[in-house]
Amino acid sequence: MSGYCGKILRINLDTGEINKEDLDLELAKKFIGGRGLGTYFLSEQIDPAIEPLDRANKIIFATGPLTGSQAPTASRYMVVTKSPLSGTVASSNSGGFWGAELKHAGYDLIIVEGKSEKPCYIYINDNTVEIRDAENYWGKLVWETTDLLAAEAADPKARILTIGPAGEKMSLLACIMNDKYRAAGRSGVGAVMGSKNLKAIVVRGTGKTEPAKADQTKEILKGIRKEIQENDVTAKGLPTYGTAVLVNVINESGIYPTNNFQRSYFETADLTSGETLAEKYLVKNVACYRCPIACGRRSRLDGIETEGPEYETIWAYGANCGVDDLPAIIRANNWCNEYGLDTISTGATIACAMELYEKGIIKPDEINGPALKFGSAEAIVEWTRKMGAGEGFGAKLANGSYQLGQEYGAPELSMSVKKLEMPAYDPRGVQGHGLQYATSNRGGCHVRGYMIAPEILGIPEKLDRFSLDGKALWVKAFQDLTAVIDSLGLCLFTSFALTADDYKDMFNAIVGEDWTTEALLEAGDRIWNLERIFNLKAGVGPEEDKLPSRLLNDPIPDGPSKGHVHRLPDLLPKYYQERGWTEEGIPAEAKLAQLGIT
Amino acid sequence: MPVEVRLFATFREGRFKEKQMEFPQASSLADLLEHLQIAETEARILLVNGTAVSAEHKLAPHDVVSIFPPMAGG
Repeated sequence: MSGYCGKILRINLDTGEINKEDLDLELAKKFIGGRGLGTYFLSEQIDPAIEPLDRANKIIFATGPLTGSQAPTASRYMVVTKSPLSGTVASSNSGGFWGAELKHAGYDLIIVEGKSEKPCYIYINDNTVEIRDAENYWGKLVWETTDLLAAEAADPKARILTIGPAGEKMSLLACIMNDKYRAAGRSGVGAVMGSKNLKAIVVRGTGKTEPAKADQTKEILKGIRKEIQENDVTAKGLPTYGTAVLVNVINESGIYPTNNFQRSYFETADLTSGETLAEKYLVKNVACYRCPIACGRRSRLDGIETEGPEYETIWAYGANCGVDDLPAIIRANNWCNEYGLDTISTGATIACAMELYEKGIIKPDEINGPALKFGSAEAIVEWTRKMGAGEGFGAKLANGSYQLGQEYGAPELSMSVKKLEMPAYDPRGVQGHGLQYATSNRGGCHVRGYMIAPEILGIPEKLDRFSLDGKALWVKAFQDLTAVIDSLGLCLFTSFALTADDYKDMFNAIVGEDWTTEALLEAGDRIWNLERIFNLKAGVGPEEDKLPSRLLNDPIPDGPSKGHVHRLPDLLPKYYQERGWTEEGIPAEAKLAQLGIT
Repeated sequence: MPVEVRLFATFREGRFKEKQMEFPQASSLADLLEHLQIAETEARILLVNGTAVSAEHKLAPHDVVSIFPPMAGG
């Protein structure tokens, strides 16, 4: 064995055919697994120009060679499909336990094709794979669906992945939930499941993967665990306060987007911080499969125990909507988890609607719900529920801020890149991070190259956040390394403690290779270019490497980053150069030949 | 000179969230950290009026100082 199971599970919902195919291991290594290998198969097997909600689209659930292994944080899997929100490649990542369970059932990837005539779900128990009727589950919320499917599986160790009503209604903001609380959140991947009448995938696996070099793996993983357990961020900061520990440092730096990016400092941010969450609502930490960090928050409100909210969620519903009411944010987060909505895009779309409303573009008599005013705790909770249920004006909001802005003749008020809403950092005060937003292959996303680490947090070293010097190369390096980690099947948070050499050592020991760190990072570069090519074929080209005009033209009005704009036009040519692309932003022939892709 | 000091995360334990403090002219952040009994190695992120600085940074009247331990998220 070599970290991989060597099997692809292909399920055709048109015909009901279920096939177990051998995975070409040399091909798998070339793209590592997870995000990389999933993108390879998507690129090979669909026409990138298709409509994302057409039955011709495919949805791929891809583990990496380290998913389900003994490596710390080996929980991650990736959902790869064509995004109905952005029209780009979508690769949406999640943790929990489902991905590791799929690996233990003996599959590296599931490729789902076609469309079922009726609501269905997929049941996997090692070699047993069935397409089952899901009429009784259709329309149900995520937590109830999860409990009912677990009861039907009659195995407490079965792991459940499901969409909620938002996915069924093909909301472009629909996510996929697994293990009740974990989300493959972004890019509208839940709508693709809904378009196929696929409600859920239940997995139970009793096998395990074995590393190629057992003794070496044991020794290397011992060292890796030690690094994570001795690092101040992964051993203290994240376990103590969760991701929401960022609220104050991002706000104090003046890059905490407020009122739909009209400002970047929120005076009462601390009321919604990780410190406040820990003090008032935290029950205990929770960890994904084999995670020593345990950044997850089990929280309690109104007698209901839930998980979260995470930093990005707190921001999207908090400062970005002008709301400092943490209980309201927790309730809105719960509606997202129950209906299966991406918390970032849902909160950001409500913020966009609030600006449209306050500018008089959306009229009070057309919404039939709470006034969309910045600062309204009632609005964030109720409009999230309405979006999930597809109710009234909520159905319009449920397709995201880009469509909303377009419809009202104000697309510039959608704070999105490639139609995907940007997360919780104002690019005007972090030049590298802004470049990363503009060039991310799935649009406005912070987890394709987290430049906040060096520009704000000093990891691995502190960079001047306003400077452009060297930023293009930093962004490329972060994007490539992130592609590697995503494809291995590990959590990105390990990168706060580990180096590229550490990932190389784990890959070599578990997969049985002898790669250099440079070769592993080149695989990341290969994956990045493959995604770029998919997007070009899908009609999303370099003209979409941009940021909302507000960020380029309107200086931050007040706070610690006052007066700054983002300088994308100065950075983009350097970035294309570092990538080995043409001046127009197209991967050059020589570059593709070097990477072995076309 | 008056300086506003804001502490975050574990630095609040046994100390405070936010406080107006007085320091002699030409005091540095290192002096402030020593006064608060926070080791420089633990104070990973030091902001003065939102700008990242080192412990050697000299304080000015009415500065807002924000002090954070190592942290990350996203």
